[in-house]
Amino acid sequence: MPTGTLHSPSTQPGWRETSSLAGQGLTIGVLAMQGAFVEHVRILATLGATVREVRLPRDLDGLDGIILPGGESTTIGKLLEAWGVLAPLRSAIGRGLPCWGTCAGAILMAREVLDTLPGQPLLSVMDISVRRNAFGRQVQSFETMIMIDGMDSGLPFPAMFIRAPKIEAVGPDARAIAVLEDGTIVAARQGNWLATSFHPELTSDTRFHAWFLDIARANRGQNSGLTLASTAMP
Amino acid sequence: MTTITDRPVVSEASANGAAGAHDRSESTWAVKRGLAQMLKGGVIMDVVTSDQAKIAEDAGACAVMALERVPADIRKSGGVARMSDPDLIRAICESVTIPVMAKARIGHFVEAQVLEALGVDYIDESEVLTPADDEFHIDKHGFKVPFVCGCRDLGEALRRVGEGAAMIRTKGEAGTGNVVEAVRHARAVLGEIRKIRSLPVEELMTEAKRLGAPYELIREIHSTGVLPVVNFAAGGIATPSDAALMMQIGVDGVFVGSGIFKSENPAKMARAIVMATTHFRDAAIVAEVSRGVGEPMRGLEVASMPAGERLASRGW
Repeated sequence: MPTGTLHSPSTQPGWRETSSLAGQGLTIGVLAMQGAFVEHVRILATLGATVREVRLPRDLDGLDGIILPGGESTTIGKLLEAWGVLAPLRSAIGRGLPCWGTCAGAILMAREVLDTLPGQPLLSVMDISVRRNAFGRQVQSFETMIMIDGMDSGLPFPAMFIRAPKIEAVGPDARAIAVLEDGTIVAARQGNWLATSFHPELTSDTRFHAWFLDIARANRGQNSGLTLASTAMP
Repeated sequence: MTTITDRPVVSEASANGAAGAHDRSESTWAVKRGLAQMLKGGVIMDVVTSDQAKIAEDAGACAVMALERVPADIRKSGGVARMSDPDLIRAICESVTIPVMAKARIGHFVEAQVLEALGVDYIDESEVLTPADDEFHIDKHGFKVPFVCGCRDLGEALRRVGEGAAMIRTKGEAGTGNVVEAVRHARAVLGEIRKIRSLPVEELMTEAKRLGAPYELIREIHSTGVLPVVNFAAGGIATPSDAALMMQIGVDGVFVGSGIFKSENPAKMARAIVMATTHFRDAAIVAEVSRGVGEPMRGLEVASMPAGERLASRGW
C-alpha cells in the first residue's frame, strides 16, 4: 500500500512531466462564474503561470490568455451578461486574446449553438457550430483516449466527456483537431483559440494546458515585438 | 491504484493508452464525480413542476432537483414521503436543458433503479424522504448514474463515499429555512479534515475507527487535505447571505430546497442566490443582489424541534 498518496497527480500513471516553466511570466485568467474553474487554476499554477479568477470586467485587464471552464453554459452566460463581462470579454477575444473553452466554455465561444435556450447570452466568436448535451444525459457520459492534432509527441490524450457538446461543423476559419472514431469532432482550433468538448482539467495530464500556455506566450511575443517566445521555449 | 473498491480512475485508461485507444468507458468513477465538478460554484434548486424548473433555469440554476413536495411541505403534511411520480420527473427532464436530479429513499435501491431508468442525471439518496431501510444505505457503486448523499460529519460523508457516492452535501435541517444545522455540518466535515491533516500517520487508523470511516479514505485525506468528491451545502439555506456564508465556510456550491419557491418572489430570490454564490467573497455585491428580493421563507427554530421531527437524524 502506497503511503496515503492514492490520488496525488505525481503517482498517477497518466501523469507526464511537463516543463514547469510553461507558464512562467504569463498571467492567465480563468472565468470563475460557475463550474470547474478551480481545476484549471490548479493546473495553470503548477505550470508556473500567474492565475486570476475572472468575475468582473476589471479582472480582464492585462491577461495573456483566458480559459472558459466547464459548468452550465446557461448559468455562466447569464452571469457574464449580468455583471457586464460579456461585451468586454467578447471584444478582448476578438482582438486576438488567446482563449480556450472546455465543454460549456466551447459552447460560449461558438458562433452557432444548437439545442439551447432561446436568448442564451453567448460570446459567439469562434467559427464552429456546437450542439449541447449531444451525447445524451449523464449515464451516457464517458471517457476515452484521443489523438490531438498539433499538440505534441503523438501520444493519445485522456478525454472525459460529461453531458458533453459535439462540434457539428467547423467553418472556413477554424479546423478540427480531434475526432472520435465515428468522426464526431470534439476539438477545434482557430488561430489563438481552442475549443474542446472534453475536460483536460479533470485529468492529471497537463499537456493540454502547457500547449495553451505556449500559444499564449507566442501571442505575447508577437504583440510586444519581443523574441521572448523563441528564447524561452524549448 | 484502487482505494476500497474497484473504481476506475482516468489515469488507468491513460496507462493503457496505446492498446485501449478509442474504447469508451461509461460511468467511471471519474465521470460520475466529474459532473459534480461541473456543478461547483452553482445553485441546485428544488422544483415540483416543469414551470418551476424553467424559472430555476432562467434564474441561473446549474441543476434542478425534481420532487413532488418541497421539504417544508413534506414536514407539514407528514405521511410517507417517496420517490416522485415518473411522469413528473420525465416532464421536468424535458422542460430544461440543465442536469436534473431526483430523490430516492435511503436504502430503497429499487427507487434508484427506476430513477436511473428514467434517465435522471444524479440521484439524491435523501433523508428528506422517509427511509426505506433503517440499517443499510444503497450500494451506489452498482449504478451507472451517480449519487449525492447527505452527511452531518466527516465519518458519515466517507461512509457514503465508500458506498459509491460521487458527491456529498451537508444534511442541514431541510424545510426549516434555518441555516444553523448546515453550518454545523459543514464545519464538522471541514474541521475534521483539518484535524486529519495534522495527525501523524500512526494515529490515522484510530481516527478512522473513531469516525467510523474507511481507513483508505482517511489516508487519502491525510495526503490531499480535501474530500475525494465535491461537497455542497444543503438544508436550511434561504437567503443570498446564507448561500455566501456556506461558500465562505468552504463548500463547493449550494442546494436550495424550500428557500426559493416558499419565498415571496421565487424568480428574484433564485437569481439573487445564484449571484451571491458566484460573488460570495464580495460583500458589496451580496448586499446589492439582496435588495428588493422580498420576504424569504418563514423559518423554523431547530433547537426547540422535537427529535422525531428532525430529518438529519435519518441514515447513519
